[in-house]
Amino acid sequence: MAEQRVIVVGGGLAGLAASVRIAEAGLPVDLFSMVPVKRSHSVCAQGGINACNEVARQQGYSEYEHFDETIYGGDFLADQHPVLEMANWAPNIIDLLDRMGVPFNRTAEGYRDLRLFGGSLFKRTHFAGATTGQQLLYALDEQTRRYESEGKVKKYEFWEFLWPVTQGEGDEKRCVGIVAQDMRTMQIRAFRAAAVVMATGGNGLIFGKSTNSVICTGGAASRCYQEGAWYGNPEMIQVHPTAIPGADKLRLMSESARGEGGRVWVPRKKGDTRRPTDIPEAERYYFLEERYPAYGNIVPRDIATREIFDICVNEGMGVDGQNQVYLDLTHRDPEYLTRKLGGILDIYEKFVGVDPRFTPMKIFPAVHYSMGGLWTDYTPGDYMPDVPKPAHKSGAPVPVDNKMGHGLTIGAPNNMMSNIKGLYAFGEVNFAYHGANRLGANALLSCIFDGLCNGVSVVNFVRDSGTPGVDGLDQSIYDRVVRQEQEKHDRLVNSARSATGDEAYNPYRIAKELGDEMTAASTVVKTGERLERALAKVAELRDRYAKVELCDAASWTNQSLSFARATGDMLILAEAMLKAGLLRKESRGAHYRKDFPERDDENFFKTSIARFNPQTQQSDIEFVPVRAPLVLPRARTYGKADTKAGKPQPAAAHA
Amino acid sequence: MSGAYAHEYNAETRRANRQRAKPGRSIILKIKRCDGPGKPSRWESFKVPVEPGSNVISCLKYIASHPVTTDGKRTTPVVWDSGCLEEVCGACTMVINGRVRQSCSCLIDEYAPDEGDTLTLEPMSKFPVIRDLWVDRERMFHALRRVKAWVPIDGTYNLGPGPKESPEHQQMRYALSECMTCGCCLEACPQYLQESDPEKWDTSFIGAAAINQVRLFNEHKTGKRLKADRLEALMGPGGITDCGNAQNCVKVCPKGIPLTESIAAVGRSTTVHAFTRFFKGR
Repeated sequence: MAEQRVIVVGGGLAGLAASVRIAEAGLPVDLFSMVPVKRSHSVCAQGGINACNEVARQQGYSEYEHFDETIYGGDFLADQHPVLEMANWAPNIIDLLDRMGVPFNRTAEGYRDLRLFGGSLFKRTHFAGATTGQQLLYALDEQTRRYESEGKVKKYEFWEFLWPVTQGEGDEKRCVGIVAQDMRTMQIRAFRAAAVVMATGGNGLIFGKSTNSVICTGGAASRCYQEGAWYGNPEMIQVHPTAIPGADKLRLMSESARGEGGRVWVPRKKGDTRRPTDIPEAERYYFLEERYPAYGNIVPRDIATREIFDICVNEGMGVDGQNQVYLDLTHRDPEYLTRKLGGILDIYEKFVGVDPRFTPMKIFPAVHYSMGGLWTDYTPGDYMPDVPKPAHKSGAPVPVDNKMGHGLTIGAPNNMMSNIKGLYAFGEVNFAYHGANRLGANALLSCIFDGLCNGVSVVNFVRDSGTPGVDGLDQSIYDRVVRQEQEKHDRLVNSARSATGDEAYNPYRIAKELGDEMTAASTVVKTGERLERALAKVAELRDRYAKVELCDAASWTNQSLSFARATGDMLILAEAMLKAGLLRKESRGAHYRKDFPERDDENFFKTSIARFNPQTQQSDIEFVPVRAPLVLPRARTYGKADTKAGKPQPAAAHA
Repeated sequence: MSGAYAHEYNAETRRANRQRAKPGRSIILKIKRCDGPGKPSRWESFKVPVEPGSNVISCLKYIASHPVTTDGKRTTPVVWDSGCLEEVCGACTMVINGRVRQSCSCLIDEYAPDEGDTLTLEPMSKFPVIRDLWVDRERMFHALRRVKAWVPIDGTYNLGPGPKESPEHQQMRYALSECMTCGCCLEACPQYLQESDPEKWDTSFIGAAAINQVRLFNEHKTGKRLKADRLEALMGPGGITDCGNAQNCVKVCPKGIPLTESIAAVGRSTTVHAFTRFFKGR
């Protein structure tokens, strides 16, 4: 039998870590990416990567506390065993990246430096300037190139994943390859593989402008979803509190700005027109510090976002009467700032034209990350307490040590496998780790952890004697999907030839209306009534999309076609997000329902699972219990000051 | 070709332009277009309304949904490469008003502050055009393979931390490691020429970006193990001696990487290496 191959779709941190690990185990990898992998969206990650470390450990911190913080930060919606395993691996992952040559910032003595980040009172975030994601991606890109030059990884860059090829039905359904398209020649063809790893990232473009790169449409995840892969917690979308408003995108201003001492404030007097540097300390409202004395500016993202939204939208206290607040670093030494945050301060200066070392930045929240994603399974490890544990106190004995295998059974073939056999989801497209809200600097960790830890599961699945090879499969299985995609492609190209020119059917127009609607209805504050209206709007857009018209009939490098095709897939995922948000009648983490402002563990300590119904072309949503045998849910307050307890959440939404 | 850094506006001019730029105006984007390899180029102009914060990307997006030229002719959306839109991925590099740079960080207010001002967009000239403003930079990634730009670690299993490093050394490596393979330094280099035949990539001048990577990895304690291989890759035809010392590379690097220092440092290393090799008789 010929050697079995593995396909990895997506060349960000998760895809590259998986490729390296799988190639290292001796299986050849075909790596697909819409961009040269070195340009993947992981480059945009700024602040750092979390891991327990010796300094924090000697102050009472532990891997277990990192795990507990992540569960609490995610408002108890994450399945717990995988998170425990991830936290236990974190220090080893930092060591590995260090060996690969990542230029982590150093202390005077030459050890790795650390910074504070949201959701923790310990310094546990490792960083390389303020472009940590870029530096981590480059390290993995370099290792991948090493395997590429040895012939163990074959790259297909500028190839777009179009559809998974599956065989069988129900529980027996298995992924046996993919169909992809060369974005230059427009050639569509099938590729066989014994396993397929989706590492395709997030879906910010569904919200129009976000902090995401232009390729983050969620199209690939949506295509797997339409083929029968389940989608977990689609309603859980993180809105980052601090971004720079822009005409083409909303640029992230890293949480590390707050971790390094950045303070968020507005003038106490509404409509104060003085320059920020002219406003005396006593006349500034440091609302996060006043409302959350314990965590202050480093409360988790969902909380900071809602408070900024509250100040601007409800209280009308935004700077210059607009939706913006100050993020102020001017009290720190400019040289220190350059050393620790140079990358992001340059971005602000370049795009706004103001030097944030001397003038406070103006920022507002922006859609940033999808906690939800393809649903995945796993085999728990050997740690199973008789009853779930209460909150962990720093310095107290830990219920379980930091050895591998307590959280997950290492190498179990079903780790991070979707409900379709042989189809895995790693990184942001995997719903597993962040529950209802992701903590800052945990994303890079979860991406690399998936690739390294669960890459082994992929290898074991392929080599398992119970997994038949794909070489002998009938070619018609593949031809059918190629035909399906070729027809879709031809229909879109032909639409340009018979175009009526009616703007209503322009794909860019449809996508923009979708983005505006999703941002208004399904981000910081949601209500049942508004979500229902958004569902009606998406239905209307889907009707219009059925008659979509391209402006370009080219059979060579047709970018409009790729975008228009993804727009259809975005509409389908948007419907799942809205429907799950409508049915989750509670508030939890990033999902805040003004009409149901409390967390409701009795009814919704549950994962929402969306399944695409091919008959109705709609999502069916089911709520299933969170797999949570390790930690007991507790109120998530982050020490909010009692004086404000009367109004714990913003009182109204304008949307 | 046009001068690689002609028409560069200094910081003061850009600030002054931003101050006087009028909101609600329209500008002209004049774009060099090409339908594919081997096809002729043509110019098309588009009138685009701009607002404060508009950049070249937002203008190209406007054209994508309104593909009509200033002559009123319906045309196709312009094809261009882009990714992060925050100048860290390197994708959206093109030649704007004769100077190579990223288009995402090119703010309209700074470069075209008046009603009817024209911005000219061209694809990079040192790489084969795929379509319109999108070029094929595979040769840059090939160069990274050629110089073994990686740290040869003993696998991904847990073997403890990497080498300790002083903060000064880390800062130096970090600066070199910010290279996003955008190609600005190559576009501006008189010695770097377009070469569409991959067979000739290994004997044509490799350019500043890859030479800088040689320095980066030779500076790493484990990376050093491949130092000889890397230097030898730069010692033949198309290697470091092809550098003509025009120093354009360092002027156009958007990340401010000290490319000429890197070329000098690697130049010294290759000389030392050549001597050592000679006396060892290899």
